[in-house]
Amino acid sequence: METPTLLQQIADNWLLVWMGTFFIGVILWVLRPGSRTQYADTANIPFRNEDRPAPRKDADGVARDTKELQS
Amino acid sequence: MGNYFKLAALGIIALFAAMAANWGRDAAYIVHAIIILGVSGFMFIRVLRQMEQPAMATPTGYMDDVVRAGVVATTLWGVIGFLVGVIIAFQLAFPQLNFEMLQPYGNFGRLRPLHTSAVIFAFGGNALIMSSFYIVQRTCGARLWGGNLAWFVFWGYNLFIVLAATGYLLGATQSKEYAEPEWYTDMWLTVVWIAFLAVFLGTLFKRQERHIYVANWFLLAFIVTVAMLHVVNNLSIPVSIWGSKSVQIFSGVQDAMVQWWYGHNAVGFFLTAGFLGMMYYFVPKQAGRPVFSYKLSIIHFWALIFLYIWAGPHHLHYTALPDWASTLGMVFSIILWMPSWGGMINGLMTLQGAWDKLRTDPIIRMMVISLAFYGMSTFEGPMMSIRAVNSLSHYTDWTIGHVHSGALGWNGMITFAALYFLTPKLWGRAQMYSMSAINWHFWLATIGIILYAASMWVTGIMEGLMWREVDANGFLVNSFADTVSAKLPMYIVRGLGGVLYLAGGIIMAWNIYMTIRGGVKVTAALGVPAE
Repeated sequence: METPTLLQQIADNWLLVWMGTFFIGVILWVLRPGSRTQYADTANIPFRNEDRPAPRKDADGVARDTKELQS
Repeated sequence: MGNYFKLAALGIIALFAAMAANWGRDAAYIVHAIIILGVSGFMFIRVLRQMEQPAMATPTGYMDDVVRAGVVATTLWGVIGFLVGVIIAFQLAFPQLNFEMLQPYGNFGRLRPLHTSAVIFAFGGNALIMSSFYIVQRTCGARLWGGNLAWFVFWGYNLFIVLAATGYLLGATQSKEYAEPEWYTDMWLTVVWIAFLAVFLGTLFKRQERHIYVANWFLLAFIVTVAMLHVVNNLSIPVSIWGSKSVQIFSGVQDAMVQWWYGHNAVGFFLTAGFLGMMYYFVPKQAGRPVFSYKLSIIHFWALIFLYIWAGPHHLHYTALPDWASTLGMVFSIILWMPSWGGMINGLMTLQGAWDKLRTDPIIRMMVISLAFYGMSTFEGPMMSIRAVNSLSHYTDWTIGHVHSGALGWNGMITFAALYFLTPKLWGRAQMYSMSAINWHFWLATIGIILYAASMWVTGIMEGLMWREVDANGFLVNSFADTVSAKLPMYIVRGLGGVLYLAGGIIMAWNIYMTIRGGVKVTAALGVPAE
């Protein structure tokens, strides 16, 4: 196979390479150290805010209502 | 200002619809024009009456009234869809039921798309819309974005259903399976769907949780992909602006490939990804424990969406489609088995440590049987996509049986479970009016599905074998009519299975009605709304 043809084929398959890499990247990312604690928190989302929306948070991450109480 | 714009737009639409009703070339178009005229006229008067009223205070709390409407719509469409299914099942067994006086409106050919669209898009679609509105609010800790836009999505989607259903009966179809509605109905659905996406994304953007819960990933993939599939598969040019007929842009094998790229991903993203979104919320909620493995759920998500999109060509084995394309579809269908079973295991194992609930909680039982059918049909599907198996199964009733074990078992059962979960919560009741009625529903539906799937396996394989049977000289042994008469007993069993499933649906509708109407109202202790 001539080099240009080979290069052409590789170029044609960049999408495949990108998708494969992305997919493997996702799996590695999911298995990264420390993910367990974070996912434990995320998995519990359905058990919060059952009856009403969460209090709105400001940029510093503290609930607005709490702040008003403090001030 | 906005109201003046609305009035002008509604007035123009009403005027155009009136002209269309006058100049329409075919019955379906004229009837649709009259429906649109009525709806836009009603909306015009409604907006006009609200013109000078003072603006209401911005409501706080979750927007649940639209979810309540969705529960009612899902239930009603479900019963209608099951009923039409039973009717056409018996029409196949007893052709005399295609009554002469009802021709052509009441014959199998026109009722069949009415059944498929009623169960998939009306029952399934309303279930998906209402549960995604419910789930996205709870898991984001935020009220739905866009105010009344959610109501627009609900009513707009149901108007689409009405236009599609009346169109089928009156003969407007573009002959694409699961995409039968004609061009203007498709355009209307596109508008509604973009509004749906906007409401969903808007709510995600203002979420109070740092992370997006996995159910929302599945629901978002469902909304985005269905939009893409719908637009590409419905690229067509109307013959006249005053008629319902349109011509597809793609032709020949390209059209077939686009259709089954759409068709299989409608299964993958509408009936699978969307309903998995429901599963990842309702199963943990009902079991009272978080999902078995959140890591697995993320891998499940990415694997599912990466693989499903390629599986469509397995619908076109032994056709004009090149072999490499149908082999590609087949290979991806088989790989797809893995994420599907990963998801099933993740759902089932969520019950780890709570298996006793299977004995006491009929809603959990429904969820488990739903996941079991998900596992079964996602095993059967890849198997049927193998070319050698497909040469036996394709065009036979085996395919119909496969579709129904997925649709009745997986989609139906998880939707029933979601309805039983939501109804008491949304109307402030402690539980459903009758728990033993849920049990009845469970058994009627399960036995119904088993009768359905088993009879279709038998008749499908029998039919496939009869079609390919040749004698010593290479002549076909059976005529087509031979297979038809051999199938009669199985068709009657299938119809009876449908009757049982329909009976379960009617019991559910009664149970939901009684829950909404009666019982002691339990008021939850509510504080001051925080938002």
